[in-house]
Amino acid sequence: MAKPKLAIYWAAACGGCDIAILDIEAKILDVADFFDVVFWPCAMDFKYADVEAMEDKSITLTLFNGAIRSDENFHIAKLLRQKSVVLCAFGSCAADGGIPSLANLFTLDSILDYVYLQAPSLDNPGKTIPQPTTKVPEGEITIPRLWNTVRTLEQVVDVDYLIPGCPPQSDQIAAVVDAVIDILKNGKPLPPKGTVLGATEKSCCDECPRERNIKKITKFIRPYEIIAEPNLCLMEQGIVCLGPATRSGCGAKCVKAGMPCRGCYGKPINVRDQGAKMISALASVIDSTDPEEIDKIIATVADPVGTFYRFTLADSFLRRAQV
Amino acid sequence: MISIEIDGKQIEVEEETTILNAANALDIKIPTLCYNELIEPYAVCRICVVEVIRRKRTRLVTACNYPLRESVKVRTNSERVLKLRRMNLELLMARAPAAKIIQEMAAEMGLETTRFPIENPKESCILCGLCVQMCQDVVGAYAIGFADRGSKREVSTPYERTPETCILCGACAQVCPTGHIRMTDAEERIIHSKLSLGPNAAITIPFRQAIPNVPRIHAEHCIHFKTGECMLCSKVCPKDCIHYDDKDEIEEFEIGAVIVATGFDDFDPTPMKQLGYGRYPNILTGAEFEQMNNAGSPTGGKIVMENGEEPRSVAILHCIGSRDENYHKYCSRVCCMYALKFAHLVKEKSNAEVYQLYVDMRAFGKGYEEFYQRILDEGVNVIRGKGTEIVPNRSGAGDGALLVRCEDTLIGKFREIPVDMVVLCSALEARSDATDLARKLNISAGADGWFIESHPKLGPVSTTTEGIYLAGVCQGPKDIPDTVAQGSAAAAQAMKMLAQGQILMDAAYAEIAEEFCSGCRICNGLCPYNAISFDETKKVSNVNSAMCKACGTCVAACPTGAIAARHFTDEQIYAQIEGILV
Repeated sequence: MAKPKLAIYWAAACGGCDIAILDIEAKILDVADFFDVVFWPCAMDFKYADVEAMEDKSITLTLFNGAIRSDENFHIAKLLRQKSVVLCAFGSCAADGGIPSLANLFTLDSILDYVYLQAPSLDNPGKTIPQPTTKVPEGEITIPRLWNTVRTLEQVVDVDYLIPGCPPQSDQIAAVVDAVIDILKNGKPLPPKGTVLGATEKSCCDECPRERNIKKITKFIRPYEIIAEPNLCLMEQGIVCLGPATRSGCGAKCVKAGMPCRGCYGKPINVRDQGAKMISALASVIDSTDPEEIDKIIATVADPVGTFYRFTLADSFLRRAQV
Repeated sequence: MISIEIDGKQIEVEEETTILNAANALDIKIPTLCYNELIEPYAVCRICVVEVIRRKRTRLVTACNYPLRESVKVRTNSERVLKLRRMNLELLMARAPAAKIIQEMAAEMGLETTRFPIENPKESCILCGLCVQMCQDVVGAYAIGFADRGSKREVSTPYERTPETCILCGACAQVCPTGHIRMTDAEERIIHSKLSLGPNAAITIPFRQAIPNVPRIHAEHCIHFKTGECMLCSKVCPKDCIHYDDKDEIEEFEIGAVIVATGFDDFDPTPMKQLGYGRYPNILTGAEFEQMNNAGSPTGGKIVMENGEEPRSVAILHCIGSRDENYHKYCSRVCCMYALKFAHLVKEKSNAEVYQLYVDMRAFGKGYEEFYQRILDEGVNVIRGKGTEIVPNRSGAGDGALLVRCEDTLIGKFREIPVDMVVLCSALEARSDATDLARKLNISAGADGWFIESHPKLGPVSTTTEGIYLAGVCQGPKDIPDTVAQGSAAAAQAMKMLAQGQILMDAAYAEIAEEFCSGCRICNGLCPYNAISFDETKKVSNVNSAMCKACGTCVAACPTGAIAARHFTDEQIYAQIEGILV
């Protein structure tokens, strides 16, 4: 019997997800042993033409990381959807938009303008901005066109499963690999479509060892401003911790290390918009009834969108700023 | 027991009983002056002198301190006794000619004048020393004592100055048989309690209909709590009911329903400087006037001014603090009618002229308008206009020491009405601690502090918290019939609930799905009904569905979406939004 085929792809992302896959250590040998890796640009040399030449539904499993931000991302997403039995959005960017989707706070033009013309560290005397097509002596060359709005994988193609995290934690990836091998080997039924894999069903607080009490917030502070009490809930110390509104499964690694949860595991199972839920929760525990004082306390949150929607802007009700 | 004979009557008494007490038991009256049953007899006045016949020997002794130890005969009004008693009285008349009681006793004995020279016609002290004994032995203050000796002997304070040890208890004045000692304040006015209605005792029954109807000690006024002495009340109590060690205690009860009937505070018109309340005499609030009219009041229900005289005219001012932008905008609802009642009382009890100064006459209830008509027929002067200022009547014109200024809006003129007494119909206001209580009970109080009922028309007795009911003015100004009606309704509601033993709950309430709750505790401090608790063992929060009012505060706050409001779930709301948009 031929081996099941595995594809791993990297769209608008940092590459951390691919590293996380390698971080499963010896388990990667099981993967190599069990699967026939047919497409993994980060690790091996394949051409898009190779994929295009495959038969439809010939790839058993595709792990797709990265958001959809260009014509190329979109093309490959459609292509892999067509060739795969199971398409899995892997990591925050594919599942929720991730860090790249914070670009939705700006227009594409303003981003290009800043990155190529305004940024203080630039050395671009020719004021060159990349163009989709460029004429060179050899002819016309093209690069993929960037989109104005970054999207999640699910917003452009049909997705079967989601594995959240920035990146997904290696132990969770290993567990998913084991589960997939178990399903394929023993002919077990697949989980229902849309299931979030590699995560649990509560919030990050469930895995957080810190002591929690009734909360009353009089001021928001950023982690560098204090040496946080090691055993007390960070939110009670005034640090905006997204743990309460973030799906559990990561093992609360950040909070255990003294940093607040930034929300990379995305919205919990019963929540539609992670940032809005967190804002609603925090607003409830601000310790004042005086509107002016409340305004002052709220003003101490640095970069609200970047804080509450750091990983989920594309997937949120907001999706993008109207600019 | 020994058997004695007093004026031919036999009686058995315990050994060491005094003749005075034995005679009292036989209803034989021996006159006394310096005797006080609470104080060891000192036998100074010698009015109680009697004849004791013992083994055929006759002796004259003082009845108050002669202890009976064997069988004797006593004569209380023999010629010899009466002669000596008259002589003693004559001596006392010379010593204290200004003492009224001595004059009365002398008159009773048929004496008109004394044969002895009068040194000081204003003297009323008989040097009996009751006051000194009281101050030293009972009160323990040692603030007064005897000074000088012989004919110059007198009762005095050290160096005739106000002594530091005096606790102003007034016991010396109380015990003085001749009225020589009087309590005065620095301005030489006789000390009154508030309103000159009479002295405050340290042990009182709070008010006539108090339940339980027993006296209590006010530690702040009680001598015992100041000096550790006195304890006279425990000496006179035949049932040993006085316990000085009793302390306030907090008791806990398990109850099934609460009826809040905390009433109201009287608006204090002192801040309305123009009305002179607290600055000029004889300006009373409605409650104070009502208190004076009570038959049990120190004035015996008489309408009198501070100087004890009947007022010649009384003005009754409506809407003091009510319907007033600066104080309370609401109508206090009861003032118009009690003001009319006051007018009626003044007319009934005195000959004073009455002026009613009203803004709008709200005689809205059953029989009220008729009562208003009756007041008009009684000749009360009714003026439509708010009393704006009260000042002393310096010109002395008219029948009154005060001038009430107002605009009579019916004749369109400013008026100054001279009156002797003013009654301010002050507003009912919510108790100062109403908002605290509301928080404790998880009920709501409005901006004015009145507790809010669950529905203004359909739930006038219940609150938003199940099992807590409202009765009376704590819910808003109302008169006695309305209060009784609401109180009865509240009692019935509470009884209904208690009798059923179960309560009907609204189907909408918040639920926490334990499997999704991570125990972040964000919801814990939010519930206005205290329905949320935290399970320390499971590390999850719980909503008590019986206490939940489905307000949704926790639902909005729950960051994991573990809390859902039944019938208002996210799915239902999304569906509704879609229904509108699509």
